Amino acid sequence: MYMTRIGVAVLVCLSMTSLLVYRLIGLQVVDREYYATRAEENRMRLSAVPPVRGLVTDRNGVLLAQNTPAFVLEVVPEQVENMDALLRALRPVLNLDDVEIARFKDRVSKTPRYRPVPLRGNLTMEQVARFQLNRFDFEGADVTATLTRSYPLGSAAAHVVGYVGGITEEEFKKIEAAAYQGLTQIGKVGVEKSHENELRGTPGAKIVEANAYGRPLRELEYRQGAPGKNLVLSLDAKVQMAAEKALDGLDGAVVAIDPRNGEVIALVSKPGFDPQPFVAGIDRTTYKALLDDRKRPLYNRALQGAYPPGSTLKPFMALAGLEYETLQGGHGEYCSGSMSLPHSTRKYRCWKRSGHGWLDMAGGVIQSCDIYFYEVAQALGIDRIHTFLSLFGLGHPTDVDLPLEKSGLLPSREWKMRTRKEAWFPGETLNIGIGQGYMTTTPMQLAQITARMAMRGKGFKPHIVHAMQDTLTGATTQVLAEPLPAIPHRHAQDWETVINAMVEVTASQRGTAYRVFKDAPYRVAAKTGTAQVAGMSQDELRARKLTETPFHLRDHALFIAFAPAEDPKIAVAVIAEHAGHGGSAAAPVARQVMDQYLLGQILYNLPVDPGAGAPVTAASPAAPVELIGSPGSASVDEE
Amino acid sequence: MSSFYRSGNDDTRVRKLFDVLHIDPVLLCLLLAVCALGLTVLYSASGHSMAMVINQAERLLIGLVVMTAAAQAPPEIYRSAAPWFYGFALLLCALTLVLGDHAKGAQRWLDLGVLRFQPSELMKLAMPIMVAAFLHLFTLPPRWHAVVLTLMLIGLPTVVVMVQPDLGTSLLIIASGGFALYLGGLRWQYIFGALAAIGAAAPILWARLHDYQRQRILTLLDPESDPLGAGYHIAQSKIAIGSGGVFGKGWLEGTQAKLDFLPESHTDFIFAVFAEELGLIGICVLLALYLGIVGRGLYIAARAQDSFQRLLAGSLAMTFFVYVFINMGMVIGLLPVVGVPLPLMSYGGTSMVSLLAGFGLLMSIHTHRKLLAS
Repeated sequence: MYMTRIGVAVLVCLSMTSLLVYRLIGLQVVDREYYATRAEENRMRLSAVPPVRGLVTDRNGVLLAQNTPAFVLEVVPEQVENMDALLRALRPVLNLDDVEIARFKDRVSKTPRYRPVPLRGNLTMEQVARFQLNRFDFEGADVTATLTRSYPLGSAAAHVVGYVGGITEEEFKKIEAAAYQGLTQIGKVGVEKSHENELRGTPGAKIVEANAYGRPLRELEYRQGAPGKNLVLSLDAKVQMAAEKALDGLDGAVVAIDPRNGEVIALVSKPGFDPQPFVAGIDRTTYKALLDDRKRPLYNRALQGAYPPGSTLKPFMALAGLEYETLQGGHGEYCSGSMSLPHSTRKYRCWKRSGHGWLDMAGGVIQSCDIYFYEVAQALGIDRIHTFLSLFGLGHPTDVDLPLEKSGLLPSREWKMRTRKEAWFPGETLNIGIGQGYMTTTPMQLAQITARMAMRGKGFKPHIVHAMQDTLTGATTQVLAEPLPAIPHRHAQDWETVINAMVEVTASQRGTAYRVFKDAPYRVAAKTGTAQVAGMSQDELRARKLTETPFHLRDHALFIAFAPAEDPKIAVAVIAEHAGHGGSAAAPVARQVMDQYLLGQILYNLPVDPGAGAPVTAASPAAPVELIGSPGSASVDEE
Repeated sequence: MSSFYRSGNDDTRVRKLFDVLHIDPVLLCLLLAVCALGLTVLYSASGHSMAMVINQAERLLIGLVVMTAAAQAPPEIYRSAAPWFYGFALLLCALTLVLGDHAKGAQRWLDLGVLRFQPSELMKLAMPIMVAAFLHLFTLPPRWHAVVLTLMLIGLPTVVVMVQPDLGTSLLIIASGGFALYLGGLRWQYIFGALAAIGAAAPILWARLHDYQRQRILTLLDPESDPLGAGYHIAQSKIAIGSGGVFGKGWLEGTQAKLDFLPESHTDFIFAVFAEELGLIGICVLLALYLGIVGRGLYIAARAQDSFQRLLAGSLAMTFFVYVFINMGMVIGLLPVVGVPLPLMSYGGTSMVSLLAGFGLLMSIHTHRKLLAS
């Protein structure tokens, strides 16, 4: 009886043990892999090592975007004996206020105690020094260096270089999270945005073993990331600064391109803005002020501004006339100051009310006669104008490697029918002839068509990044010029005919830009333009003097030019909003840009200040600028 | 040849020594083997704390002394002292409720100045002694009035311990008393009847419970439904055990314990550390040792000479098994988390000493047998 009970007990023990073993086999044999993975997940912590963003320099190595050390004071709560005492001690050193201290305490309460909590960022050198001097009084606090993006040229290159800022929620949805491990910022505009992928680099990763409280104990694996590539822009900081300075007091844009390879030498949009506040996270008031500014400083006029090209289009119209052989031979056209179309009473006027008299094509370009080009346009008709100007790329973005570029508008019958549901009127063709009406172009496009004119139809896609440098190997990869299909032309000499006329614009006393260029030591092919601002009739406008017109309705001053005319090295487009005549307001800007680029110094309008000493570029010899990637370096003084 | 005889002589001499000391060498070896494993794993589970290992080793030594001391007294002494012992343990348990030290929200500890201990551990020993001694007064199997009185003897301290609250220990106290009753020949009808009654009462009781009470029971039965509380313990414990696999990660290589993912890794959940580091093979060795101890206990029970000794020895052996089973079942997620340490391995003094004292009783029973004429 008793032995039976013992026997039953033994059986029960054995069966219960089997149950345990059965369960253990389930855990340790059947599901081992699952639990092993869970155990690894438990202990491994992946912490990203953010890559250092690539630098941006101009073609001569001048820094445009760099990473500067910023000092942050951090506190490790675990190492602090008495937090209140520490904060009291730090208060005078950092000029802490109560709000900051309250925020800091809030952060401390939300962070594990072994992890550093930032108390104050962007310490001044003085604050760092004062901290270091008494550092033994601040047990648990330390100054650490981080890198922040900074832009040495400030607002002068803000529209080209752009800026980085915190990744917004919207951006976060679009980016690949793995590529931004450990990163908090992203390129917002300019090169920082368009070349974000090259500049960013690849985040590395540290796999650390951490305990249940998240404290990292040892490094298990280090996955090397790669720093971002350094970008060498084709931009020339000196030219950029010169252009910026030349536009001083004006709103507008300057774009300068090397016609031989499409490299952007300068790109200015005024007014500019200071990119620095965006990096640290711009405050609401500053940002609102920028947005509300009537002059729209954040708006990149060089790429986004669509302006009527005005008379700067005339050389291209002349070229079209030559191509289609529609120009009048002999005496050319007669300008009486106005004309009208058959079956219409509307008068189309020349800017010169007294008229230019008989003019051939060159005369029409040199004196910028409106009547002449009304006739040219009428003879061509809108379809041929559209076809011909399309070859230059008008109506399409130039695809320069910068964000937010607009396409401008090259109107056509089809376009008008599609958007306005209206047939094309013959009078509208006349307006196109002088670059008015529906037609708009961006300064970038103007510079590009000027470059193509300079290259006699050949051309390259404009680009701003000249080379990329691998930061690890130091190897530099040149960005190759991307040739565009050459503009076919029946008579090769037509290019020279038009270019000669453009040269006369600056060289002939009758030329509209003669005054600005008369002493230039290089030959310039150019065209001035004065574009009417929509909203005012031609007659109304002509009747008034510039100063009497409300500012926002005043003419835009435009100017396109390339030089040296026989061996073009730079093509420039300038627009100065509401500044009046192209010859007087925009041409000097182009002159200074070209002076700086071709001569290394500005000859035009040197500041008349004998006490100021040496001119801006006195330090560098006045030798012609060595052009990167150009075969040989022909002196501009050769002519 | 001579060496063979010499070793034989040594062997008998050693055996004589054990007889004099009233020690059962088989049981002692098994116990020491488990304790050695325990100290080894404790070193790992405590995060390489030699201090804790030494502390535990000291308790082991105290326990061995207590065990040896307990083995010296013949079983009759325990039988006659049973009511006093039982009464004393019950008094201390009751005192705990009044004066007890709080540890993790439960009043289990009694601080006697020099010694801090859990009186409920004392009750684990007193209970089988008392029940065995009580049933020894009757002819077995016991009649119903004897059974009722026994149940009262079991019930009173159980309730006192349960309100401390210490569910695990009260279960063990019930088990130790219940096993004595079972071995005393409690009729199968009663046993199955009681089980059936519990089964029948459960749904009725369930229906009368408040929602939060039900929730508490559900969490107890299925800890993983509460992933932040008890569920976290069990989940981490299963990860530790499962990731150990057949061969284990190796001694001191268990990441779950080392990195603090495993809660209570040196006390109630030390088995998870063992399983993580030494794997299924290590577990089988450990289970074999535990079963060996239980088997030796039941063997001693089978050889015991009167009903008091039989009931006591059998109850002690079976309670020890239940001890192991509840802890392991809890750690591998088979049973609710009730807070029972793994005998002889978990860090803690009272349980170590009281367990070894229990084995001292077993040895006393085994070594004080009167030689029968064969």
